[in-house]
Amino acid sequence: MQILESGIGELIQPFDLDEFREWNRTKKSRKLTDKLMSEQEAIREFVYNGCYIGTELYGTVRCPMSLAREVVRQGFKDLRVCGQGVLELDLWLAAGIVKKLDITYIGLEVYGIPPSLRRAVESGQVETCVEWSNASISWRMKAAAMGVPFLPTRSMLGTDMLKYSAAKVVEDPFTGIKVALLPALILDVALIHVHRADKHGNCQIEGISGFALEMARACKRLVISAEEIIPTEEIRKYPDRTMIPYYLVDAVVHAPYGSHPGEMAYLYGRDEPGIKEWVEMSKTAEGAREYLDKYVYGLKNHAAYLDLIGKQRLQECVELREKRI
Amino acid sequence: MTEQTYSKTELMICVAARLFEDGATCFIGTGIPMLAAMLASKTTAPNLVPVFEFGGTGAILEELPRAVGEARTFHKGISALGICDTMETAQRGFIDYGFLGGAQIDPYGNLNSVTIGDHDHPKARLPGSGGGNDVGSHCWQTIAIMQHDARRFVPKVDFLTTPGFLTGPGARDAAGLPPGTGPIAVVSTLALMDYDPDTCRMRLKSLHPGVTVDEVKANTGFELIIPAQVGQNDPPSAEELRLLREEIDPTKFYI
Repeated sequence: MQILESGIGELIQPFDLDEFREWNRTKKSRKLTDKLMSEQEAIREFVYNGCYIGTELYGTVRCPMSLAREVVRQGFKDLRVCGQGVLELDLWLAAGIVKKLDITYIGLEVYGIPPSLRRAVESGQVETCVEWSNASISWRMKAAAMGVPFLPTRSMLGTDMLKYSAAKVVEDPFTGIKVALLPALILDVALIHVHRADKHGNCQIEGISGFALEMARACKRLVISAEEIIPTEEIRKYPDRTMIPYYLVDAVVHAPYGSHPGEMAYLYGRDEPGIKEWVEMSKTAEGAREYLDKYVYGLKNHAAYLDLIGKQRLQECVELREKRI
Repeated sequence: MTEQTYSKTELMICVAARLFEDGATCFIGTGIPMLAAMLASKTTAPNLVPVFEFGGTGAILEELPRAVGEARTFHKGISALGICDTMETAQRGFIDYGFLGGAQIDPYGNLNSVTIGDHDHPKARLPGSGGGNDVGSHCWQTIAIMQHDARRFVPKVDFLTTPGFLTGPGARDAAGLPPGTGPIAVVSTLALMDYDPDTCRMRLKSLHPGVTVDEVKANTGFELIIPAQVGQNDPPSAEELRLLREEIDPTKFYI
């Protein structure tokens, strides 16, 4: 196939499919072992300086916020990050732990452009931003999940997105149309928050699944946080509900309200004042630091975070949940 | 009927809402497109099928979503799947319309939401494409909703994030984008625009109440095509305003 155009963006996570197969053969146990651990243990065990890491879904929706805060608390650096995010990646950017970004969208949604993203990128603290659309980054994970080196798409064609990505345009050998080839993305570490998991890591998700299925199958290490830990008998009663099977999972962390101040479908709604607090405080670097001191560095763990938020506010979030009809 | 006062944003939402086609599948982005879709579903397009990129399809928009992944995007919906499902649905031709925003738009309807200034040393880093590029690539027809001023309506976008007509006639096809797709309208705080079929350049279609052609020209950073006949957009009706203020955004989250 002749390459018609190549993006100039860096492939910041080069991949080797055969090595991934070997990894999945030798480093991922097929045994139903107990993988329950604290967030400190899970993050210390599987995250490392310079690793390529991603979170799912995003900041205000079913996001592993407790794990994201723990990554900041443990002081990792030079992270290469797959960037579809709101609060969680904004915290990482404000904490100065991100070196390179495969960026799709980092914004505060209705509250606009995050000042911490602007500070981190415009100052050069983040060395590289490689651009991808939301579909493209998900399909890159899907390619890895399929065990193939790329997926073709008609996204990104004709735009600066293609130019500043690491995709390549070719003529499809079957039909002759132009397609952009999206390179597979195999993450070193992925963090995913779910509704329920058993101790082995079998996971159930309610509501939209975002890109959890793809990301869970496209990473070498997967840390799951779950609102509830359920017995394996419950998993086996409803095997059709298992979206992430245990053998993909390396650690299971019990994290009630793990998505706070974001929401969790059918369990709790978003904490608008909590989100606004970050929006306001992150306007200055000093404010962002103050926020990190208050909610991350100054607290031992997620349990301490929940104590600080308080039962009443959490109950108010529960009242705001989407109800089953 | 007594004369109503309304904001430019309310007017823009009403004009955008009237563009939704009943029964069509529509990709809805965060913010103003959500309000417009909700207003449309309560007025002229009760069978609208909203699609939200992270997986919600066919929601009944009873309460205003504040994020494209939140539970209201699949409230009483048809399905709650994932981003690959919705994006693949768009890529194989199932999504009729996409409603989009951006920081800049050019005469060919190309949008920028990545950087102001040079990409590698930006004056301002913006959030990024998100699903914008995908929506502009795969939906049959796209409609942009924008604040109207000369900083946003620019001769050339600093970073071409979401494809409009790219460089003009034939450019989308040449780039490999699916044939028959492209932008059809821009709803701004001043007017409704469409595109001249021969040149693919933006053209004034109809003015909001009280707005003059000169005002639109003065707030557009490129030469907008002004046809001989320029229409007038109706002001928001009392019912549209009531729905917006009492049912759609009673807490004034957006408006």
